[in-house]
Amino acid sequence: MTEAFEILFTASFWVAAIRIASPLIFATMGELICERAGVLNLGIEGIMAAGAFAGWFTVYSGGDLWTGVAVAAATGAAFGLLHATLTVPLGLSQHVVGIGVTLLATSLTYFTYRLVLPEVTSPPKIEPFQPLPIPYLSDIPILGQALFSQTPLTYLAFVTVAVVAWGLYRTPLGLAVRAAGENPAAVESQGLSVTAIRIGAVMTGSALMAIGGAFLTMSAFNSFFFEMINGRGWICIALVVFGSWRPGKALVGAILFAAFDAYQIRLQQVTGGVVPYQLFLMLPYVLSILALVLVARRATYPKALMVPYQKGER
Amino acid sequence: MTSAHAPVLRLASITKRFGPLTANDSISFDLAAGEVIALLGENGAGKTTLMNILFGHYVADEGTVEVFGTALPPGDPRAALDAGVGMVHQHFTLADNMTVLENIALGTESPWRLSFDRRRATARIRALATDFGLEVDPAATIAALTVGERQRVEILKALYRDARILILDEPTAVLTPIETEALFATLRKLVAKGLSIIFISHKLNEVLAISDRVLVLRSGKLSGERRTAGATRQELAALMVGQEVNPPAVPEVARGPVLLKLYGVSTGRNGTRQRLDDVSLKLIGGEITGLAGVSGNGQAALADLIAGLEKPVAGTVEIADQTVDDWSPRTALSAGIARIPEDRHAVGTIGDMSVAENVVIEQYRSPSFSKRGFLDWKAARSFAEELIRDYDVKCPSPEARIRLLSGGNMQKLILGRALDPDPSVILANQPTRGLDVGAISYVHGRLLAARQRGAAILLISEDLEEIMALSDRIIVMSKGRLSVPSARGERSVRDIAELMAGHG
Repeated sequence: MTEAFEILFTASFWVAAIRIASPLIFATMGELICERAGVLNLGIEGIMAAGAFAGWFTVYSGGDLWTGVAVAAATGAAFGLLHATLTVPLGLSQHVVGIGVTLLATSLTYFTYRLVLPEVTSPPKIEPFQPLPIPYLSDIPILGQALFSQTPLTYLAFVTVAVVAWGLYRTPLGLAVRAAGENPAAVESQGLSVTAIRIGAVMTGSALMAIGGAFLTMSAFNSFFFEMINGRGWICIALVVFGSWRPGKALVGAILFAAFDAYQIRLQQVTGGVVPYQLFLMLPYVLSILALVLVARRATYPKALMVPYQKGER
Repeated sequence: MTSAHAPVLRLASITKRFGPLTANDSISFDLAAGEVIALLGENGAGKTTLMNILFGHYVADEGTVEVFGTALPPGDPRAALDAGVGMVHQHFTLADNMTVLENIALGTESPWRLSFDRRRATARIRALATDFGLEVDPAATIAALTVGERQRVEILKALYRDARILILDEPTAVLTPIETEALFATLRKLVAKGLSIIFISHKLNEVLAISDRVLVLRSGKLSGERRTAGATRQELAALMVGQEVNPPAVPEVARGPVLLKLYGVSTGRNGTRQRLDDVSLKLIGGEITGLAGVSGNGQAALADLIAGLEKPVAGTVEIADQTVDDWSPRTALSAGIARIPEDRHAVGTIGDMSVAENVVIEQYRSPSFSKRGFLDWKAARSFAEELIRDYDVKCPSPEARIRLLSGGNMQKLILGRALDPDPSVILANQPTRGLDVGAISYVHGRLLAARQRGAAILLISEDLEEIMALSDRIIVMSKGRLSVPSARGERSVRDIAELMAGHG
């Protein structure tokens, strides 16, 4: 029993937790931006897959790592534009379009993978982002290794949270995005275009989701394989709710979920096969549902979430 | 500089059609600097459509809008705002979960700035608020404000952008009489500073009190124009409705027994809605009990309670002297309580279902419409046809989807559905809201006939004139509590207004 407890005080556990959290942080921030503007983006799972492949393939074809990130972001933004075009000016059901985008993006990704790599049986590897310890800070015990000995992409994830939080709460643009998710009529009456704001938010959010996907291939597994997103996108949708649509709280949620995940892997080793491992795999999800029930019951969601806005409608 | 006599705003032959309906038919007028124009007309006369065209929410099919001599590009609210046109919508356009400051500052600064100066914006709002009597805390969240305060925020939104022309769409519909006076004081200060105002209303006394000139709209056309100084109520009413309007005649009726009694009833929390707090009420046969009050003071909870949609957490409900323990919509219906819901679109009907389906929706369990668990569609259809005939509903067939009916016709059907089984208690919640004068007098006539028959009627209305005209007893609701009832003519409008505002 003490062994199970001691896991929490090992640096490797926290390093893993932060690494597992990183893609979730990107994608959660992306989803949060979309939802704050009033658009539920269920395309997230597919957009992450597309980003994972686009980033990896850019590097595999000889591009450098940051170019890969940029290509992943652009791919995500393109799928975001598709999603936004259907849901914002055309006002179609956000559920149906989102699931459609996920199916389309996932299938297109697999199709392209087979098209460009018809011969391979085992997924080829790329040279991924390397850990970049930050001088002095990385020397702090446990915390230093967990937070300051990660890859640049993980640092970028944390910077993204700060930028999203500042952007939403401190800038006129963020104000407009939040207002579009609360009451589009208020935005229109102040002379701004709800359509432009929502399209922009969905494209930006989708770009972040794709970078989250790219993290998996470029900073974690080093190669692309099918089903690698494995429900991470759906978890991010829950994390947005868990975070009550606030970037800081959503960050805490992402780290919490990742910690559960890292913990169950280690717990499997400690218990040494006595308990079926599937039970441990289940653990983070069960705990997430529990946390969601406790936290999200009181959450105030954006009032115009999933409500299409058509100008001049009677 | 514009000369003193040049109009600040000119509308030239504006026409707007929605399908077969011509909402605005070639309307033209000028607005001078410092002038208050009242745009008077019934619901559906086209007032709001016209103002939405002026503000760029709708695009006119024909005609132009000129502000300070420059034509506005159609369909662009930003251009209207930049030209100095501010609009206070009837349904406020505020984001409830955001602060006053955020709502006002929204869209006033370049979106690409990396920060915005809250302190300066706050100071500016405070200054405007003090100058024009629009007190409101810039840091408060909209959801925490009263309706009157929200309206002040809407006016501040326009002033913050240096509006020179202010359009107010039915601004007094949601205000208490006392708040209305405060609004008028603010408007006079604005006019003194040279602003021009368009005041949209269907209330004659307000129009006469605030405007310099009255334009009357009827069925999308400008039906008349008068200087306010020489105009009379009767003349304006006739222009607005197209005929003389007479108040309903209320004959004497013998009192019946107490049919429904609430004793010390309180309801539980339900979101931000006002709950009932120790409410006692008797509904007596042959009587119309009028419930006056500003919207949001517990009327919704009371209506839901009587309809069985909400259960009391304290107190008792008695029907014909019997305490009811298991209070539910079905108990209420079988006890003979009929309801005319407040929102006929959202609650009263199911828009995409047929007229026949909608009229049996409260009685589908009764043997006349169902046999051994199967619906008798023939009976439902003939019942619908009967209602269409008896209640004078303009409707193509019982198969028509009910949302295609006009508000007045929909309300007549709801009225028929509620009154046909000869209910003992009738809950009429805002039964005439949004109806034209003809339909209103029809609804009033039917309610009075039910009273004659001995039914007990609870009339909930925000229209004080309606309450005063129909009610045998008047009760005022404020903050979830009821005032002591007063008999017809016992309290003055002024006294009731004081009670509505929560004084006394």
